[in-house]
Amino acid sequence: MSEDTLFSEVLDRANRADPYPIYARLRENPVSPQRDGSVVVSTHAAIRSLIFDPRLSSEDLPPSHRPPTGNPLKDWLLNPIKDRIATAHRPLIFRDPPDHDTLRSVVMREFTVARVLALKQRVVRDVDALIDACRGRDEVCLVEDLFYPLPVAVICDMLGVPEVDEPQFQRWATQLATALEPDARHDEASRHKTVAAFDAISGYMRALIREKRRRPGPDMLSALANPITTKPGPGGKAAMGDFDLISTAILLLVAGHETTVNLITNGMLTLLRHPHELDRLRADPERAPRVIEELLRYEPPVHFRTRKALGTIEIAGHTIRKGAPVILLFAAANRDPARFADPDRFDPDREDVQHFGFGGGLHYCMGAPLARIEAEIALVALSRRLIAPRLLADPPPYRPGASLRGPERLGIGINGIAARST
Amino acid sequence: MSAAADAGIVVVGASLAGLRGAEALRRNGYAGRLTLIGNEPYRPYDRPPLSKHVLSGELAPDASELPQLVALDADWRLGHAAVGLDRVARTIRLADGAVLAYDRLLIATGAQARHWPAASGGALANIFTLRGRDDAARLRAALAQGPRRVLIVGAGLIGCEAASCCRDLGLPVTLLDPNPTPLARSLGTWIGGVIAECLKDSGVAFHPGARVLRFEGDASGRVVRADLADGRTIEADLVIVALGATRATDWLRDAGLMADAGGVTCDGACRVLAADGTTCPDIYAAGDVARWPNSLYGGRLVSVEHWGNAVAQGAHAARNMLAPAEDQHRYDHLPAFWSSQFGINIKAVGLSEGADSVAIVQGSRASRRFLAVYGRAGRSIAAVSFDQARWLPAYAEAIMAGSHHPPIRDASDQGRFATMEPGFPPPRAASHADEARHV
Repeated sequence: MSEDTLFSEVLDRANRADPYPIYARLRENPVSPQRDGSVVVSTHAAIRSLIFDPRLSSEDLPPSHRPPTGNPLKDWLLNPIKDRIATAHRPLIFRDPPDHDTLRSVVMREFTVARVLALKQRVVRDVDALIDACRGRDEVCLVEDLFYPLPVAVICDMLGVPEVDEPQFQRWATQLATALEPDARHDEASRHKTVAAFDAISGYMRALIREKRRRPGPDMLSALANPITTKPGPGGKAAMGDFDLISTAILLLVAGHETTVNLITNGMLTLLRHPHELDRLRADPERAPRVIEELLRYEPPVHFRTRKALGTIEIAGHTIRKGAPVILLFAAANRDPARFADPDRFDPDREDVQHFGFGGGLHYCMGAPLARIEAEIALVALSRRLIAPRLLADPPPYRPGASLRGPERLGIGINGIAARST
Repeated sequence: MSAAADAGIVVVGASLAGLRGAEALRRNGYAGRLTLIGNEPYRPYDRPPLSKHVLSGELAPDASELPQLVALDADWRLGHAAVGLDRVARTIRLADGAVLAYDRLLIATGAQARHWPAASGGALANIFTLRGRDDAARLRAALAQGPRRVLIVGAGLIGCEAASCCRDLGLPVTLLDPNPTPLARSLGTWIGGVIAECLKDSGVAFHPGARVLRFEGDASGRVVRADLADGRTIEADLVIVALGATRATDWLRDAGLMADAGGVTCDGACRVLAADGTTCPDIYAAGDVARWPNSLYGGRLVSVEHWGNAVAQGAHAARNMLAPAEDQHRYDHLPAFWSSQFGINIKAVGLSEGADSVAIVQGSRASRRFLAVYGRAGRSIAAVSFDQARWLPAYAEAIMAGSHHPPIRDASDQGRFATMEPGFPPPRAASHADEARHV
């Protein structure tokens, strides 16, 4: 295995269960050029520096291009228009300033403490109900039985999507999440399905926004669709256009879905591998924030994100050439021994845990507070209510994604379900 | 061990630098006696909110107490100002007559607001300065009375933040400054012009190039108007004097240290210098009060009145206090500050003093959302962001690396570079107080 193909090893499904030895090799070269022209950045110092570097662009996607359908009207007229719109109104995770900043600030103003706290009550109820539903069983799958549906339900609630439509959202979210994986971008069949899901959800969102304008509710989509401009002037306070509103709503759904599932399932997997820590969490739920921050370092829900170099960047004795795809390997930086003592040890009592579990810089995860709350509630409830939990398979099977990495199934043997804690 | 050694470490100044210094002493393993002396009767509190959330009424004046990050197990002498230092006897005299011995001393007395001289109306009622919690509480209470017009003298950071809060409260505001724009000394008039536009948009009557000669009061001794040097008068029933600060060094007058209203001079390791230029190995200084040769700026003596410096220098001085003479670390610090006013989050790094050019490197001045970098002799020396702070660390790195000006090409949201004259006012007539001022 040569140095300039290490990243293809990361993508290889055979290494999904334990990519960390490859990360260690990549870190030997903080900025590691790959044969395909991309550059992998894997140390904490180099990522911290690049994450604030304005020469790294998030607009690294090729222009939207719908596959041919054989229908000339579609292929020559409708789809090119749709492609142009899709390219111009990408979700803000794929946008640079100034557009990114405008869109992000509009969303962040609505991501209020009150909204997140209101969702907290719902998460508590849902988690208890999901666990209740497993009563009488001696085996449960943490993904399928418990946590796969939770984050989408929470986001639907936040956005104001009617509950009856949640199952449909689950399916769309699953397909659209693949768009965040680099290898899926080149897979024609997957792209086709993604485009179809995107068009379907866009149509749904258009209708929902119309509804929110007719009858605004307390939800976030109502707030975004009916903006109140309090401070006019040249401060860039322009409201979000409808195309951007749709792409933003879709982003919230997709970005908060499998990432949160991964945080919870990777978390429980890690705790089951460290039963002492599971016991301590059970005895003292106040430890949860420490446990979750360490999980975000140790087994982050998103392992890497890609960027594009707008200019030539000199860093750590290397030159990243203009135009090169740059892979920020957050999960490797989180295990960088130059930054963290004994980095491969899971230790919630660590004093210093400045991880990249939510990325960093301009695109730092908008949903971080919500993710933390969901993970805290889920892990505390699991620790207190699953009686004598044990892993049925270690390692568990993983979903294909190398970036949004998490178990596809997480079977746990139990001796029953304890009553809800008061 | 001598008697003095039993006296332990005394920290004079119980604000941010003193507290963070004391915490660092404990964190670095110091287990001996620790005494903190503060002239205010309060536990250490945070000052930045005083001119923002406290004035606007969102935060009670006593709600900004600083969290204590380490168990200090300290002897607190709060409400007792230090009034004298005898470094031969190694004692500190307090205002109540008490004498405290020290083994090692950390000076962190900070700065005090410049007051308006009583001879030209400074003693009238309803004239305020804003530095401490009590100042903020008094000013907040007076603003809540609904004055007919607030006059703010000085359009620096505090003056502009106060103006912004007063407008949010719906109060009529007049702001005066001798310079052509607000924030002229810290950001130059070209960038300061952006805040001038904000003042205009928010309805503040800003008078550039204006100097107050005296305040006049009514029969009850309340201020009613200001007479300006150009013959104009401005009616106002509440005045905020925001003319910066002088370093709190009065108590060191007879201590034989290199100290004046511009600060206490230290070496690069935060050790205080005696009047003859020799190092006092047992006396350190940190925070607003300290003036030290900053290697990032050619060894120029600077003092930095900002939050981040108090935190970093307090901890740094504490670390050196516990280390042997041959293991003193140099304090290298890139100054930084932030401000929020008129809905804009301003962040700045570096020392803009002496800049000969400035360029918008991302965003645009017209959108009031931008990052600008200051240059001097072809090198980047400082940067300021208006609602664009996320990229600031990259520019801070470029400044520390001594990059050319403007640095970082091919950034996102980057138009064509045009370097402008930053428009810094000429240095003030040299007085001790102003010599080393940064803001």
